[in-house]
Amino acid sequence: MKQIELICPAGSLPALKAAVDSGADAVYMGFRDATNARNFPGLNFDADGARKGIRYAHERGVKVLLALNTFPQPGSWEHWCKAVDQAATLGFDALIMADPGLMRYAARTHPGMRLHLSVQGSATSYEAINFYREQFGIQRAVLPRVLSFAQVRHLVANTEVEIEVFGFGSLCVMVEGRCTLSSYVTGESPNTCGACSPAKAVRWEEDASGRRSRLNGVLIDSYGPGESAGYPVLCKGRFQVNGRVDYAIEEPTSLSLLDHLPELLQAGVTALKVEGRQRSPAYVRQVTRVMRQALDACLADPENYRPAGEWVAQLDRVAEGTTHTLGALDRAWQ
Amino acid sequence: MKLAMGPILYFWSRDEVFGFYRDLARLPVDIVYLGETVCSKRRTLTLADWQLLAERLANAGKEVLLSTLTLLESESELRTMRRIVNNGGFAVEANDMAAVSVAAQAGVPFVAGPHLNSYNQATLELLAELGAMRWVAPMEMSRETMVGMQERRPSGLQTELFVYGRMPLAFSARCFTARNRDLPKDECGLCCADYPEGMQLATQEGEQFLVLNGIQTQSGRICNLLREIPDLAALGVDVVRLSPRSRRMEEIVEVFHQAVTGEGVTQELYDRLVHGEREEQCNGYWFGEAGMVVRE
Repeated sequence: MKQIELICPAGSLPALKAAVDSGADAVYMGFRDATNARNFPGLNFDADGARKGIRYAHERGVKVLLALNTFPQPGSWEHWCKAVDQAATLGFDALIMADPGLMRYAARTHPGMRLHLSVQGSATSYEAINFYREQFGIQRAVLPRVLSFAQVRHLVANTEVEIEVFGFGSLCVMVEGRCTLSSYVTGESPNTCGACSPAKAVRWEEDASGRRSRLNGVLIDSYGPGESAGYPVLCKGRFQVNGRVDYAIEEPTSLSLLDHLPELLQAGVTALKVEGRQRSPAYVRQVTRVMRQALDACLADPENYRPAGEWVAQLDRVAEGTTHTLGALDRAWQ
Repeated sequence: MKLAMGPILYFWSRDEVFGFYRDLARLPVDIVYLGETVCSKRRTLTLADWQLLAERLANAGKEVLLSTLTLLESESELRTMRRIVNNGGFAVEANDMAAVSVAAQAGVPFVAGPHLNSYNQATLELLAELGAMRWVAPMEMSRETMVGMQERRPSGLQTELFVYGRMPLAFSARCFTARNRDLPKDECGLCCADYPEGMQLATQEGEQFLVLNGIQTQSGRICNLLREIPDLAALGVDVVRLSPRSRRMEEIVEVFHQAVTGEGVTQELYDRLVHGEREEQCNGYWFGEAGMVVRE
């Protein structure tokens, strides 16, 4: 029988345990620095924490993946290489990487190490994915959130590399790895610093007219009194275009493929990823539990799969913007 | 140091494109990149048209390259990319690893485009081994990083830097121009043709922030590294890139030509470049700051 692995976020040891205990097949984490794309204060693992997390997961038959998916520069190259070396000694099941130079280093220095191409690698076609396979022997690629269902099916059919897609979490509107909006405004981007719209650049203002959120001084959104306000991710603010104030790029919303698991199974997708290493253990537990139930139901009887109403409600409660979308998988979204 | 004209990022009419390159043929630009890099639905010029333009510009003494699409999603886009790479005459600018792969297999020399994320020497070595003749730095590259890149770049590999124009900052599956017009992308009516320099996006306070250009998002401010040209020359940057605009291109080219061939950049020259421009200029990335920052 075909299977789909459930890959869940571990921003901390409690979140890792929540994911493992709630039915994840694998968890992914990062080291506590800019070597990964969720370089947020108070998040992630040092070597000792990673060891504990790996032991906890492995004792329960759950794999642990390490995201090393930012782009080292000349001044930081050695540090990234050391992170690869350290990962090799800690016993991770795979490294999730984006930088071609660093992947080459990993493939040459640790030839037994399993490599996954990160979503930050921006590989949106089988031609690109097969290139990374030939060059570095990658076993899996995580797809940027830009392809329609038909395009995902076609891609899977034309590569022997396992394909992982995002199933739930905050929605990146741009091709991952090819967005520098954040550094344009704040100086820090996912590629170079592992951060998008970093908290240290956020400023809230409040007066009688309501609240305003700024990112390094740039007004991202304003809210009337009583209107609920979200974190100012810069592509999800309200701006003026052609005299109209609106969510010109995207509204605060989450990606959710809960309704479409049979299509993913049929397309031959290997793994489903839950976004959210920056979220709480409670979020991880909730989402992992729902996705586990949904995947089990789908795998047992894909033809008659229907998501339970309570699953949808539970996910919407923890979603960004409390609504969900299929993103680019649905042509109408594009 | 050579002067390059990047690919046209906007959707101009066939006549405008031909007119732009007719003018460019007699301007002091050394290198020209041709082709559609943003959206595969913009098809008013065929590959044969681009090749015709390429031949004309080559006859005018330019080094000409054909650029490939940056975001490849469909099989038809892959097919077009393969035809461009295997055009049989001109080198290409590979804007995705898929194009690098096809060029390497076919032995076609290529320029590693600005969106390939070349951030370190190991990546440059890989690209050079695969047949890259030149690499274009990512938009957000700082001077400090460039110094490190230049110190240990593979021999024979040229370096190119984007020095003038609105910076392409992001690509999406979604078309933001069609979204603003309440049109589905599949029935966009090619409405981006109405915006020869993109659609302005301002904050609610009226601050010019970004420019929407179909599926591409650009900087609202104009990247302007004119004053850094002497420093770039000292760092061994081989090529500086200007990005096409719908007006004043002749004057912009002449200013940069004077800068790359002259003795330095005077205030008078800088004033000539920005004179009459409504858009603010920026240079923050180069100084390791936010890209939108203006460092005097």
